Parts: sequence; structure tokens; C-alpha cells
Amino acid sequence: MPDTLLQVEHLKKIYESSTGSVEAIGDISFSMRSGELVCIVGPSGCGKTTLLKCIAGLLNPTAGSVELDGRKVTAPPASMALVFQEYGRSLYPWLTVHGNVELPLKHKRLARAERERLIVDALEAVGLDHAAKSYPWQLSGGMQQRVAIARAVAYQPEVLIMDEPFAAVDAQTRADLEDLVRGLHRDRGMSILFVTHDIDESVYLGERVIVLSKSPTWVQEDLAIDLAPERDQITTRALPRFTELRTHVYEQIQRAKRGEAIRAAA
Amino acid sequence: MTLYTGTVVTVRPKSRVWRSIGENALYALGLPFLLLVVWGVWSTISPQKFFPGPIEIIQAFVDTWIGPQFFVDVVPSLARLGLGIVLSIAIGITAGTVIGSIRWLRELLEPTLEFFRAIPPPVLIPVVVLLLGITDATKVIVIVSGAIWPILLNTIEGVRATDAVMTETARSFGITRWQRLRYLVLPAASPQIMAGVRQGLSVALILMVISEMFSSSSGLGYRITYFQRNYLIAEMWSGILLLGLIGVLLATIFGIVERRVLSWYHGIKEVERA
Repeated sequence: MPDTLLQVEHLKKIYESSTGSVEAIGDISFSMRSGELVCIVGPSGCGKTTLLKCIAGLLNPTAGSVELDGRKVTAPPASMALVFQEYGRSLYPWLTVHGNVELPLKHKRLARAERERLIVDALEAVGLDHAAKSYPWQLSGGMQQRVAIARAVAYQPEVLIMDEPFAAVDAQTRADLEDLVRGLHRDRGMSILFVTHDIDESVYLGERVIVLSKSPTWVQEDLAIDLAPERDQITTRALPRFTELRTHVYEQIQRAKRGEAIRAAA
Repeated sequence: MTLYTGTVVTVRPKSRVWRSIGENALYALGLPFLLLVVWGVWSTISPQKFFPGPIEIIQAFVDTWIGPQFFVDVVPSLARLGLGIVLSIAIGITAGTVIGSIRWLRELLEPTLEFFRAIPPPVLIPVVVLLLGITDATKVIVIVSGAIWPILLNTIEGVRATDAVMTETARSFGITRWQRLRYLVLPAASPQIMAGVRQGLSVALILMVISEMFSSSSGLGYRITYFQRNYLIAEMWSGILLLGLIGVLLATIFGIVERRVLSWYHGIKEVERA
């Protein structure tokens, strides 16, 4: 496969605790090319967040490996940015919007003018250039999550990882933010790995949807989404193909929940 | 923190800020003024040797403290107090940050620290005097030995309780350990640290006076005891008045610093209440 960006191989994670060990992730393998937008869906409690933390180098897997650009991930890599679900706990309330976006750039050894340009550009990309001097807690939930996205964009990562980023915002804001993510992918060619529990969202956003089984987790299906790259909340979601795809993913998730899917011998 | 407003919160206009400061001053000074009047009337109706009237005390205040005596007694006291506070804050926050960030160290030290915190610092005065003699260092050590505990223990607790998601955010962006301390751990702990400093300040003032009462030849505590023993009642009261004023001054300075350092924290509280 040409220019593989992210390679997850036979990833396994077992949590050890005093009451016994819990196998959160059984055996996950998939790869992602540069410039792709891949969505990961799975039934609730299937270890999506655990998977992301392993990919991001925040957790060490029990077995298997994660490779970014051919290099094994053992600590948080410099070319990766994360957007968390809990924007309220991921942004620093003592820093302004500008300060929050600036913070990860501080150790990047950039000239001041270059740093400033990145911040302004990122805030413009998320439509928050007017709020640079505000504090995050002065903004609505959706705007706060935009700040978190701007922080990740300014960091100029090779891959952007988003962990259920829109689970805590209302439906209308969510639609806007989905289009923002599509826009970042289309206009800037960003590689995005997007984890969600929302089936419609995964089909609407992704070029590929990876369906996870229930815990201990493995990849139940790796589905290419053959919708046109130009997507629209109204027309795309009304397409018969969209309905087919979402129904298919929905059925897969139901099977995953019931544990019906039988894993092909690897 | 989840607030669904589309707009940015605006700052209050300046004119209203001044008005609210005026109103606050009126409220703050109203009761003391009333108490002074009641006291003045009372002491005129039934004069008592040990409770002179306010005018007499204010007269004694001017005679006693304004002039060379200010440099003999007040300045040394304030210098010891200031040094004691600065050392308590510096040592308390530094040690608290180290202990709070290292788990095994925290578990090892916390019970011991709680024990030392429980010892009333004045009992240490004879011991310290024995070791260091009647010096300024003795008094500063006594002040630090009491004022440091709330600062140290609050810092440990604040540093320990750094939000997990905030830490993961910092780690995922490759923010170095030192930067994390400067931009995450200390600001996150600052509300608790400031609460500790506030307690530490009042303890420091108490210990300044007590340390000077025990063994000293200068300072406010010494001078007040001297007046007491020589039946200079109005002068003694004027010293107590001065101590109260120093306490108020400390609290005011602290309030100004706190509002600057924790403006974000008070902002969140205001938004949450709205």
C-alpha cells in the first residue's frame, strides 16, 4: 500500500486490576493512508477510547504495535494532535483562546511571527478569529470545541485524532462541526482519525468506516464509503446510497452488540 | 462550564466599576464608624481606667507610633513578618509541588506532615531560642514554622488533583515536564494554593506578635507587652489597633494579588452562577 501513515498491528490491551484482568482490546489491525478521513465506530464500551490512547502513545498496549510513518509509537508522537470529547477539561481555563492555541506551539521553536500566523490561521479556519482574547469558559460548548480543533490545526499534525468530539454538543452545533471537519480534510488535506458512536456521523464524515466488535475488540468490518467527496448535510443524508450504507453499518453494530459476528481465523 | 451562549461575555463598564467600589467602601467603613461612635459615647458617660475612649487612644497612637518609634518597633516587626511570609510561600509552594507530583513521596510524608502541622508553633520558641539565641532568625523561623503548613498542604493537594484530561492533553501535545508545571500544574492548583496562603498570612501575623512577646527587645509584640506591664493602657490599646490595621493591610494586599492571579477562576464562578 503506498504511503501508509498509520499502521496498527495486532493491538491488544489488557487492564490488570486487583479484581482480575479485563481484556479491553482483543486484536485490532488496520492501516490508514496519508490524507484519509477514517471513522471508527463500535458498540458502547467496546474500547474505542482505549484504542485511541494506545494510538496516541498515552497508553502502552499489552501486545502488538502502532506505527506512525514507519516509526513505532511508544510515547506521544510530535506529529499527532488530539481533540478530546471533554472540551471543558481539555482547554485550560486560565489561558485565553489565543493562549490555548499557542501553548502546544511553544516548544516547537518557531519564530514569533510564524507562530502568530499559525494561530490566526487556525482560529480563522474554525471561525473564531473574533474570540482570540476571550476565555474558553466565556464561550458556548460548540465554540469551545472549535478552540480545541483550532489548537490541533495550529499544531500542524500529520494526523488528527478525534475522540467522540461532538458527543457533548447539541444537534445543530454538531452538524456545523461535522462540516468543519469535512472542510479541514478537503481544504487542507488533513489526515483525520475520527472515533464516534454515532453511525450517521461516521458514514457522513468518513471515506472509510471501521466497525469494531464488542469487547474484547477486533475489527469486524473495514468499509469504504463510496459517497462523493463534496458532502452536504441535507442532500448527502437524503441519498439512497447514504441510507444503504448507514443501514449496513447499523446492522453490523447490532451484530457486534449481540456478539453474533464470527471472527475469521486470522 | 457548559454554557450555551452564542455571544462573548463582556466586561463591566468602568463607571459602574467605580460606583461599586464606592458602595463597597461605604459598606466596609459603616460598621467600624458606628462602633467608634458608640464606644466614644460610652467611655464619656462611664470612664474606666482599662478602657480609655477612642480619642485618647488615637492620641496615644499618634504619639507612640508616628515618629522614631516607627523605625524602632514597627519596621523590624514588619520586616520579620514579610520575610517569614515570603519564605513560607516560597518553601511551601516549592516543596508542595515536589511532594504533590511524586506519589510515593507524598504517601511517605503526608502523615508526618500532618503531625508537624498539629504542633502549635509557639511551643517551639524556647527550643529555637536555645539553638539560635534571641535573634531575628529565631522569630522568622517561628513564623515560618506555623505559616508554612496551610500553604504546603494545600499545594500538595492542589498539585495532586490536576485534572487527568488536562494532563493527557499536555502529554499528547508533547509539552515538556517544566512547561507542564508552569502552564498546567501550578495554574490548576492556584485556587487551592491561594486559599492556603490566605490562612498562612493570619497565622504569620499571630506568630510575629507571639515570638516578639516571648523574647525580644524590639517589635510590636514586645512594645505592647511593655506598655501592658507599665500600665500605659492607652498606648497598649493603640498597639493593638496598629496590629489590626496591619492585618487589614495584609488582607487588602492579598485580595488585590488574588484577584489578579485568580481572575479566570472568579470568572468561571461568575459564569456558573449566572
